[in-house]
Amino acid sequence: METGTPTEPERAGTVIAGTVIRRHNWVTRIWHWVNAIAVLILLGSGLGISNAHPRLYWGRYGANFDSAWASLPYFPAWLTIPARYNLAISRRWHLFFALVLGFGLLAYMIGGLVTRHFQRDLRIRGRELRPAAIWADFRRHLAFRFHDERDPRAYNLFQKLSYAGVLFIALPLAILTGIALSPGMNAAWPWVLDVLGGRQSARSIHFITATLLALFLIVHLVLVILAGPLNELRSMITGRWRVPE
Amino acid sequence: MIARRTILTGGAGLLLAGCDKVIQQPTARKILFAGEDMQKGLQRALMDRGALAPEYRRDQMSPIFRTNGTRNPGTPEYAALAANRFEDWRLKVGGLVAKPLSLSLRQIGEFPARRQITRHDCVEGWSAIGEWMGPMLGNILKAADISTRARYVVFTCADLYGGQPYYESIDLIDAFHPQTILAWGMNGRMLDIGHGAPLRLRVERQLGYKHAKYLMRIDAVDSLANIGLGKGGYWEDHVDYDWYAGI
Repeated sequence: METGTPTEPERAGTVIAGTVIRRHNWVTRIWHWVNAIAVLILLGSGLGISNAHPRLYWGRYGANFDSAWASLPYFPAWLTIPARYNLAISRRWHLFFALVLGFGLLAYMIGGLVTRHFQRDLRIRGRELRPAAIWADFRRHLAFRFHDERDPRAYNLFQKLSYAGVLFIALPLAILTGIALSPGMNAAWPWVLDVLGGRQSARSIHFITATLLALFLIVHLVLVILAGPLNELRSMITGRWRVPE
Repeated sequence: MIARRTILTGGAGLLLAGCDKVIQQPTARKILFAGEDMQKGLQRALMDRGALAPEYRRDQMSPIFRTNGTRNPGTPEYAALAANRFEDWRLKVGGLVAKPLSLSLRQIGEFPARRQITRHDCVEGWSAIGEWMGPMLGNILKAADISTRARYVVFTCADLYGGQPYYESIDLIDAFHPQTILAWGMNGRMLDIGHGAPLRLRVERQLGYKHAKYLMRIDAVDSLANIGLGKGGYWEDHVDYDWYAGI
């Protein structure tokens, strides 16, 4: 959303369907695409790394003779980076784009606060949490209506919850659990391991968080398709979004 | 609708497939591989030079510490050394040192030993916690009077990979770190063959493949360029593993 004054129709109280408004500001747009590339590469290379030892444990240690809580499938070539198993190259991709993800998120956090995007657009108001409001939002989703006609630019409750969950919980947790896997960082910041309950627990949480991010990505893409993919894509490229019927 | 969905998810698929094409470009490869130096720079900036890897209690140790990599060098030379319980084995310390050494296991045992219960993290993802005992590498390098020109320490092993001895290297920050030891003891016993007898490196702030087993030589050098294929280790030379394995 632009930080400038609202466009004419909005100030009037209702927005006529078909009006093109400014939806996403440049900070959000740039971060969205940088992050989209980083997350896809991290998921693909992460599955490649998982293939090297597809067992997950809880606690500080965990290897072949210890009991695993999960035995993961061998992820096929079309899901992994590189397609052919190569742990070294998967790690090269993963550890480079981990920096893109981490510093990208840091920059976006600062940008989101400075442009007041977070405070204005992601803050959940008390009235949104009333059962009747939640129920109404739920029914609107079932009817594939994702915007509020009176304030089409605003995010609905489920959008706010999922975006805030990804931004402030899932992505930071993926980064923190990733840091916990580094023996160098274990020496630098031993508290990270203490918080997460050991390196193998951190590895398990890293995988679970990545799975949740992958699920978010799928739901996100499906909703973009349902909401009108060209209009939604344009709004994330140029910032301009046409208010749906 | 189907077509649009194909475009979106196909786009993601193309990106994954595209990665394999991208990395074949020398420039892209160089940028991607520069991630190692960025990670190393960041870690070294955030980490106190002497910051210790976590140490554990006895009751936190792995019940079974698995072996991996070479489980027995299997060469006639090594078999002869092992048959004689490493009585004839010597660790050669050379390169940029004023006093080259040739140390028996007994002589290494006369250096003050550090006992540490640490976690071994394999690059594959598993971890095992074990107890290690042996002298600090720094004390041995000091005994050999290491030159101020030295920048790296290279470890040459008894096990062969493709006909060449396995080797690894670390820089002097890690070489003189208090937890960097040459372990002759493990879990309260002499180091066994599966875990690298008679002597192996422990470099606790890095991944497992840096912890060279079956040590034969230690050389102080000013550059890694003329050793092996020049990348500082067997895996680094042959399969693109990072030389800095702090992550």
